[in-house]
Amino acid sequence: MRYLPLSDTDRSQMLQAVGAKSIDDLFVDVPKAARLDGLIEGLPLHASELAVERHMGALSKNNMVAGEVPFFLGCGAYRHHVPASVDHIIQRGEFLTSYTPYQPEIAQGTLQMLFEFQTQVARLFGCDIANASMYDGSTACWEAILMAGRVTRREKAILSSGLHPHYVSVCKTMAKFTGDALATGLPLLSAETDAEQMIAAIDDQTGAVVVQYPDILGRITDLTPIAEAAHSKGALLIAVVTEPVALGLIKAPGEMGADIVVGEGQSIGVGLQFGGPYVGLLACNDKFVRQMPGRLAGETVDAEGKRGFVLTLSTREQHIRREKATSNICTSSVLCALAFTAHLTLLGEKGLRQLASLNHARACEVADRLAAIPGVELVNSSFFNEFTLKLPVEARPAVHDMVEKGVLGGVSLGRLYPDTAALANGLVIAVTETVTDEDIGALDAALREVLR
Amino acid sequence: MTVNPSGWRPTTPANEEGGAQTVTGNRALQLEEPLLFERGRLDQTGVDLPDAKVSGQRLSGLQRNRDIGLPGLSEPEMVRHYTRLSRQNYAIDLGLFPLGSCTMKHNPRLNEKVARMPGFADVHPLQPQETVQGALQVINELAFWLLDLTGMHGVAMSPKAGAHGELCGLLCIRSALEARGDPREVVLVPESAHGTNPATAAFAGYRVESIPANKAGRVDLEALKARLGPDVAAVMITNPNTCGLFEPDMIAISQAVHAAGAFVYCDGANFNAIVGKVRPGDLGIDAMHINLHKTFSTPHGGGGPGSGPVVLSEALAPFGPLPFVARMPDGTYKLVEEETAGEEHPDAFGRMTAFHGQMGMFTRALAYILSHGADGLRQVAEDAVLNANYVLRSLQDVLDAPFAKSGPCMHEAIFSDKGFAEGLSTIDLAKALIDEGFHPMTMYFPLVVHGAMLVEPTETESKAALDQFIAAMHSIAERAKAGDQSLKAAPLYAPRRRLDETLAARKPVLVYREPEQAKAAE
Repeated sequence: MRYLPLSDTDRSQMLQAVGAKSIDDLFVDVPKAARLDGLIEGLPLHASELAVERHMGALSKNNMVAGEVPFFLGCGAYRHHVPASVDHIIQRGEFLTSYTPYQPEIAQGTLQMLFEFQTQVARLFGCDIANASMYDGSTACWEAILMAGRVTRREKAILSSGLHPHYVSVCKTMAKFTGDALATGLPLLSAETDAEQMIAAIDDQTGAVVVQYPDILGRITDLTPIAEAAHSKGALLIAVVTEPVALGLIKAPGEMGADIVVGEGQSIGVGLQFGGPYVGLLACNDKFVRQMPGRLAGETVDAEGKRGFVLTLSTREQHIRREKATSNICTSSVLCALAFTAHLTLLGEKGLRQLASLNHARACEVADRLAAIPGVELVNSSFFNEFTLKLPVEARPAVHDMVEKGVLGGVSLGRLYPDTAALANGLVIAVTETVTDEDIGALDAALREVLR
Repeated sequence: MTVNPSGWRPTTPANEEGGAQTVTGNRALQLEEPLLFERGRLDQTGVDLPDAKVSGQRLSGLQRNRDIGLPGLSEPEMVRHYTRLSRQNYAIDLGLFPLGSCTMKHNPRLNEKVARMPGFADVHPLQPQETVQGALQVINELAFWLLDLTGMHGVAMSPKAGAHGELCGLLCIRSALEARGDPREVVLVPESAHGTNPATAAFAGYRVESIPANKAGRVDLEALKARLGPDVAAVMITNPNTCGLFEPDMIAISQAVHAAGAFVYCDGANFNAIVGKVRPGDLGIDAMHINLHKTFSTPHGGGGPGSGPVVLSEALAPFGPLPFVARMPDGTYKLVEEETAGEEHPDAFGRMTAFHGQMGMFTRALAYILSHGADGLRQVAEDAVLNANYVLRSLQDVLDAPFAKSGPCMHEAIFSDKGFAEGLSTIDLAKALIDEGFHPMTMYFPLVVHGAMLVEPTETESKAALDQFIAAMHSIAERAKAGDQSLKAAPLYAPRRRLDETLAARKPVLVYREPEQAKAAE
């Protein structure tokens, strides 16, 4: 058992030192009725590294790998190239195998990195401050709604129909238990977003208006009028960004008046990983700092006056405030935050803008090409690297048919909104810098064939 | 806006004893590192990307024209920046990390390799299910192990961390109570519980009441029984508890709670002490989260990501969240989502996160479980408990050990600063441990022990490592008892001396501002 350093000699010496005859003496407090005398049945015994690697390798092979086929999926998780140095940095043992920085004198690496991460997120989102990360975008979205409730003391939120349906589902689930009132609806397959309807729906009870930017169909809407309408009624605007690379090209929600901006940081540095772990981003204006959930790294000085960093404002948090905490969250997603910040540092402003432009240019090219297929209609008038097509047939079976041809050709709205006839023909296509000309040709051909 | 490479360097105190000043502020391998914002430039990048032409016609007129303020670094500079930062961190890879309740055990590197296999790392959560059968099988295999090891009925895999798992368990309980038309308002939590327990109960809409511990560091069964009633929804117990002790009355507690119509939630943070030795299902537990980053060795990563699957009893399993993986009769795997939940899982309370949970942690945990097997996992618990008892008995002569007389501990040993000389307390011992090359233990938790020091060595420490730790603890404890005030200055040799946390909270500086901006803000 390669992970256990004690030898049998050590064990017997140590048992003797603690005054126990056998190991079972140390488990005397366990009620007899619940003690297992032998091994749990039905489970295999220990295995060598080689054997485990083989088993897991076989399971790994039984998947269609995004990087090995023409791949066009998005809708909340995006495939970007992650530089090799990013993965190297997150495998440094000093980052990988350290804990939450409770002892700041020996955790300055993590703390300074988080301070830099917070600064990058705040600037990217156009906000004053950001926290040290949340579980993922969907849980950050719900935490932002709660936070807005604490600020406004109102329990009603209006969710845009362009918000990712899984995010809506998370919020609805939680609101069922907290008693918050959520107004939601289904998106329409049209170029117009629901900005007008949202603005009309804001009333004096509304605490938060939640808008995804770009939205689930890829549409980009100006948040300024929504922010103004929300503020005029005393509500906060929460913007949700599931593809932060977009903000290298289009205005930040904070610049347009969003009070809280949350996001999914997966697309920078983290990778697809079948849905997790990802990294939730949460930024806001200075004045809301004490209502923020999650960890915060802050600057201070040490006993010699040297600059250093600590976790701060922990009087908001569960380990101090217990049932009065702003959230029950106890961890963040620090290693993913490290991947995010390291990748963004490598990109820099210049690289981020190039990457964003490249994504958009590529997406425009693919949109025009696919819209030329007879019967296929481009829904969006605006988009970043993701757009929605209206097919002449239901998109869900079409996606499966494309798999048969070795193409992962987007996310059908039938998958996201089952049993919704009005959306069944919608197909969301994401195009990143990883897509090659051959991939585009394969998608074009596959789609033409399945529509034939 | 300019992002200024300001040439920042730390100030080395002029009057430092025995230490010559250096021009750079560095001390040999102790290398200082400026902030990214003091180092990088907006026009610097570490990637080679082509310039693409963008017309802007499809951006709703929302092009971002102003500077964002994100400096970049070339690859060599970036690697050096983070490598230098990394060296200011303590880590399990460097030495013993006896942070009680946190289970800082070795993180096997096979797990890292496995998690990076393309079939796991490079698949999208919304790929058609026929293209991710291997990934779904991983989730299903891990679920099978977790059920077998705990003797429970169902498992929710999607919670993202321990506290998220607690929330999942309590929402199952609330759903089950509401389904039987018996909503209740109160959750009982022992005083010794992790802060997440009361915070989660409040998050789930419950009023929290605490139940006292008895003198032996256990839940006071009689006090608990006296409080149970028709308003109590659940009792949240940590077992082994946060004093490192097994609750010997656990079965009686469960029976009393069930007799009162309530549910038993177990905080599974300490499952590593009993894995393979005791099955929580045999203790009458209804729901328990399992921190894969504790018991099953997935890396803590400086504070997440964690992963907190929740095992559920027969009574609660129907209410578990979506999505989950089901094995079909033909041997294929299926993701049960909202679409088909109506027929297959009609009582599900809903969805907790966008996708299916922490896949990258599932692959690591499964690799760990398969490596250890049924026999190895049992040995893990035994060695963890043996190591903790060895520390307890080796230090009880010099440190107050409040529960040493009540019998053996489980995976962690608790001490206090009782007996330290005037002016010295737990934090001083902890900071002196840093100078000795160890990470301190958990300090001032659990709250039921004044000046608590909770030491969890874990099973991946050798006897030699423990002996060295014990020797250091012995020496520091003697100094603290003798009133050696120099302990207040510790740590002396860490990258930083004690940091001013009060200042950080009073005038929060949470982001970098360029000097001219910072000045303007004042």
